[in-house]
Amino acid sequence: MAATEPIVEMSDISIEFPGVKALQHVDFRLFPGEVHTLMGENGAGKSTLIKALTGVYKIDGGSIRVAGAPRSFSGTADAQSAGISTVYQEVNLCDNLTIGENVMLGHEVRGHFGINWAKTHSAAHDALVGLGLGHLDTKQPLSSISLALQQLVAISRAMVTKSKVLILDEPTSSLDANEVEGLFAVMRRLRDQGVAILFVSHFLDQVYAISDRLTVLRNGEFVGEYRTSELDRSQLISKMIGKDFGALAALGSNRGRTVDADEPAFYSATDLGRKGSIDPVDIQVHRGEVVGLAGLLGSGRTELGRLMYGADRPDTGEVTIGGTTVEVHSPTAGLAKKIAFSTENRRDEGIIGDLTVRENLIVAVQARRGWARPLSRREQNELCEKYLVSLNVRPADPELPIKNLSGGNQQKVLLGRWLATQPELIILDEPTRGIDIGAKAEIQEAIATLAEEGMSVVFISSELEEVVRLSERIVVLKDHRKIGEIVNGPEITAETIVDLIATEGTTP
Amino acid sequence: MSAPTPPRASIPRSGARQFAVSVVRQPYIWAVVALLLLIVINLIKDPGYLGISVNATTGNLSGNVIDILRASAPIMMIAIGMTLVIATRGIDLSVGSVMAVSGAVSMEFMNSSGDGSVGGAILAAAFAIGISAVLGAVNGVLVSIVGLQPFITTLITMLAGRGLAKVITSGQNTSASNEPFRWIANGTVFGFPVVFVIGAVIVAIVAVLIRRTALGLMIESIGINPKAARMAGIRPIGILISVYIVSGILAGIAGIFSTASVMTVEVAKTGLSAEMDAILAVVIGGTSLAGGKFSLTGSVIGALLIATLDKTIVFLAIPSSATPAFKALVIVVICLLQSRRVRALFNQRRAPRTPSAPTAPAPTAPRTTRKETVSA
Repeated sequence: MAATEPIVEMSDISIEFPGVKALQHVDFRLFPGEVHTLMGENGAGKSTLIKALTGVYKIDGGSIRVAGAPRSFSGTADAQSAGISTVYQEVNLCDNLTIGENVMLGHEVRGHFGINWAKTHSAAHDALVGLGLGHLDTKQPLSSISLALQQLVAISRAMVTKSKVLILDEPTSSLDANEVEGLFAVMRRLRDQGVAILFVSHFLDQVYAISDRLTVLRNGEFVGEYRTSELDRSQLISKMIGKDFGALAALGSNRGRTVDADEPAFYSATDLGRKGSIDPVDIQVHRGEVVGLAGLLGSGRTELGRLMYGADRPDTGEVTIGGTTVEVHSPTAGLAKKIAFSTENRRDEGIIGDLTVRENLIVAVQARRGWARPLSRREQNELCEKYLVSLNVRPADPELPIKNLSGGNQQKVLLGRWLATQPELIILDEPTRGIDIGAKAEIQEAIATLAEEGMSVVFISSELEEVVRLSERIVVLKDHRKIGEIVNGPEITAETIVDLIATEGTTP
Repeated sequence: MSAPTPPRASIPRSGARQFAVSVVRQPYIWAVVALLLLIVINLIKDPGYLGISVNATTGNLSGNVIDILRASAPIMMIAIGMTLVIATRGIDLSVGSVMAVSGAVSMEFMNSSGDGSVGGAILAAAFAIGISAVLGAVNGVLVSIVGLQPFITTLITMLAGRGLAKVITSGQNTSASNEPFRWIANGTVFGFPVVFVIGAVIVAIVAVLIRRTALGLMIESIGINPKAARMAGIRPIGILISVYIVSGILAGIAGIFSTASVMTVEVAKTGLSAEMDAILAVVIGGTSLAGGKFSLTGSVIGALLIATLDKTIVFLAIPSSATPAFKALVIVVICLLQSRRVRALFNQRRAPRTPSAPTAPAPTAPRTTRKETVSA
């Protein structure tokens, strides 16, 4: 199905940032009518390559040809006018406008007296119908539809400009299985219309379900271009990480540890809840135990984690830590009680972008000490050395601004920030979302080790397999309620949880 | 990033290169260049411009440079406070009015007490600074606890403050006589103007307080990403209130500086548009109005630049009606040169050449004058 002439041809691309060779001699070809996945670990250069194509970064070497002609864009808007549209993981749309306005933004249909809204909305409707989204009302505000649908709106917005190339940078990382299917349906439809799709995802299953070809990057270097059908998963993973997959496969085993249930729990909450956020919940966590919070997106698992840390103020419930009743009503209070909370919302609530890796790593420790007792530079460097090495942060330069690191490495720095506070209870909300399999394995291993050392862990993830693999007990949530608690064991699988969620509440 | 040393107006020839190299990567490099350029313009007009003479009997230094240092002190005060506020994503429009309140309080106090002693001066200053701190605290509470926008909040205190100053003095321009108080503005220490010495000491104290503790990190965190800062356990309320109180106190000190020289508060004029000078000094100094990373050194240089600019306009006898335009022109050029896009362009063009000292922008023929200065 692929045409013989590539629509995008990038050859011998090199990009250098101060102190980092982000890309070295990378080749990339994209043909009309194909889904081409860019694979690689965090920091391999996937995002950099995309930004090189769209002109966000200037290339230091190599050439970019679009439809046969050498091009260099000055930014995403310039690239878009040449038919290359990008849809990011975080949707870049205007929440307060309607669906139709978002789709047509900048391409409104004009009449004699300014914008003809009726025609604009009908054009938006046509664009949505083209993607099989005819059921959406273009006059609804964008904020009224789910994140998954917003993403599809973003794609239809890209198609309004008659894009020939569509770049989807990790579009699936916050979608559930059904939503992913919906997205894939749209992608297949576009592919069959001859659109070239550049896809980035960390989910191997999705990559194999949708892509025709793969380009693998590693540490900014080009590893190879393959047909998906000719490369099996373990081959792909070993190409991505540059070594054998054996070490990772071993992680699949359940730790099989159990915690003495008679011992009083380290953390115990009764009726912990907040109006409009989550109904009152009882939850206990023992020392050295990993408690998983499982549930669909929006089931209240994040909200529960936030209440436990004090990020949101609970309005009901009693919390005891180590046997004494405490009030955890703010992050400062949570931190003082040796609770740490790693947010799922890395960009908005996690990293402090303009600060260095070092400052990001020590900021929570410093906040707990107070402003008057600054950590000496030597203490800061020691903390950096310890956590940058043990968490394998790349590049391990504490003085880089954290915004220059890739997502997975930012995540590791944030994990380091919380571990540096030496918490007794750590709540990890989606610590492995949107990061590659290598980093994922590293983080999973770190969690297991922490629990073995006696730390209490609350683990929140939308990947049920991951929850089952790591947790001793699993608290299942649905519709902002706790619907059950499962003691993990050999007979428990992701299916068990899915069944629980599916069958619960069928009798009203 | 540590305590800035009192800036020198003239640099020894041998150290100039080294100084330039260390400073060339800083965001305030163009402010330094503009400062030097203004001095050069003055030197062309009068080769003896930088001359400093020593009064044989008193040991006092005098000269244009000394005048500039004296004039820069109040701007420096409000610019430092403004830097901290801006770093937290805020703005403090009330500093000029707080200067007027501070001046009004001290003059009215000394006028009614008739106490000409040192004790009377200290009491008057303490009283003025205390009221200024309270006004700063009002700003801080409204911004951090009530959650009003800094712009609106301080716009209100700006209007209310000027009104308050008028109420205090019953709408009159009030004078007082107190020699020790007057000494603050007109006296000298080791030949240097007292205002500048006090200003430099206060800048050093603030810099140490901010950079040798974790306050700087916390202020920057709040300015860069307030949500993440909160999640990391930083308490924004205390920090925001403190920052506005510091800004209020420094504005109060600036008010004392600028009224002590004439021992009169002009309630409608004292500190008028001072907030603009402060904001400009901060921006010229390389601190983004969007908050986050800040540079106290940059703001000090910005304040010096504005004082020099004011003096230069007078010195060149530019018509007073053209003053604001000239000032705006200089500042726009500096801001343009600092913008990321222009810097990137400049780096590209410079790359093939030798990386020597950057060429200064062609000076537009300065024809202008000046408005009234804050100095004696």
